[in-house]
Amino acid sequence: MSTGDMVKLNYSVNIEDFAKAGDISSNTKKVLKKLGIPSDITRRAAIVTYEAEMNIIIHSSGGEIIVNIDTAKIEIIARDYGPGIPDIDRAMQKGYSTASDHVRELGFGAGMGLPNMKRCSDGFLIESQKGKGTTVTSTIHIHN
Amino acid sequence: MNVDGLCRSLGLNPVAGRKGMERKVNGAYAGDLLSFVMANAARGNVWVTIQAHSNIVAVASLVEIACIIVAAGVEVDGDTLAKANGEGIPILAAEDDIYTLCCKLHDLGV
Repeated sequence: MSTGDMVKLNYSVNIEDFAKAGDISSNTKKVLKKLGIPSDITRRAAIVTYEAEMNIIIHSSGGEIIVNIDTAKIEIIARDYGPGIPDIDRAMQKGYSTASDHVRELGFGAGMGLPNMKRCSDGFLIESQKGKGTTVTSTIHIHN
Repeated sequence: MNVDGLCRSLGLNPVAGRKGMERKVNGAYAGDLLSFVMANAARGNVWVTIQAHSNIVAVASLVEIACIIVAAGVEVDGDTLAKANGEGIPILAAEDDIYTLCCKLHDLGV
C-alpha cells in the first residue's frame, strides 16, 4: 500500500445472526494480513471487530461495520440502528452486561465487549442516542 | 509438543480440523466466556472449554489458538465441526472436566 491509498471494507450485520458471527472479523483479519499489517496490530483489530459484531448481533436492531485502512491507521466504525445505550459509563464497566441468559449460556455477554474494544484501541469513541442507535469508532495506529 | 502429540498423550478424540494437528502448542488457556478468551489467550495456546457452538471456531481462529479441547463429554455441533474443518483448527473431544484436563496439561509440561 503506498501512502494515501485507502482500503475500505463495508459489512452489514443482522440481529441474532449467531451462525455468521465472526465472519466479518475473520475477513478483516485476512485483508490486514494480506496488506502486511504487523500481527499484533492485526490481532487488536480482529478483537475490536469481533466484539463490535457481537454487540450489534446481541444488542441492536441491526447495523453495519466499516473498516478503513490506510498506511497510518485502521479505523473501525460500528454503527447500529438502535436502541441506544442509556448509560455509557455503566456499559464501559467491566462485567456489566444487559445480555439475556440464553446469550450468556453461549459464553457471550460477559460484560467485557466494550472494555476489550477500548483496550485494543488507540482512539475510542462511543456516540449513542436513545431510540436512534449507537456508533462506536475505534482507531488503531499502525507502527511498522 | 504439537497438537497430535498432545492428543495422543491425553487420549483425546480428534473430531475436527485434522489439517492442524502439526501445530505447535506453547501453553494453555481455560475458560467459557469468549471475551475473556479473546483478551487473554495467546497465539499457539490450547483452549479448554465446555462451549461447543460454532463461535468457538471464530474466536480460536482470531487469536490463532493451536487447538480447542471441548471438555466434560459435551457434544460438538455439526456446524462447529464443519467450521473447524474449514479453518483447519483441531477440536479434541474429552470426557474429563476442565480442572482434570488442566492438571493433565500441566503434568505434560504445557
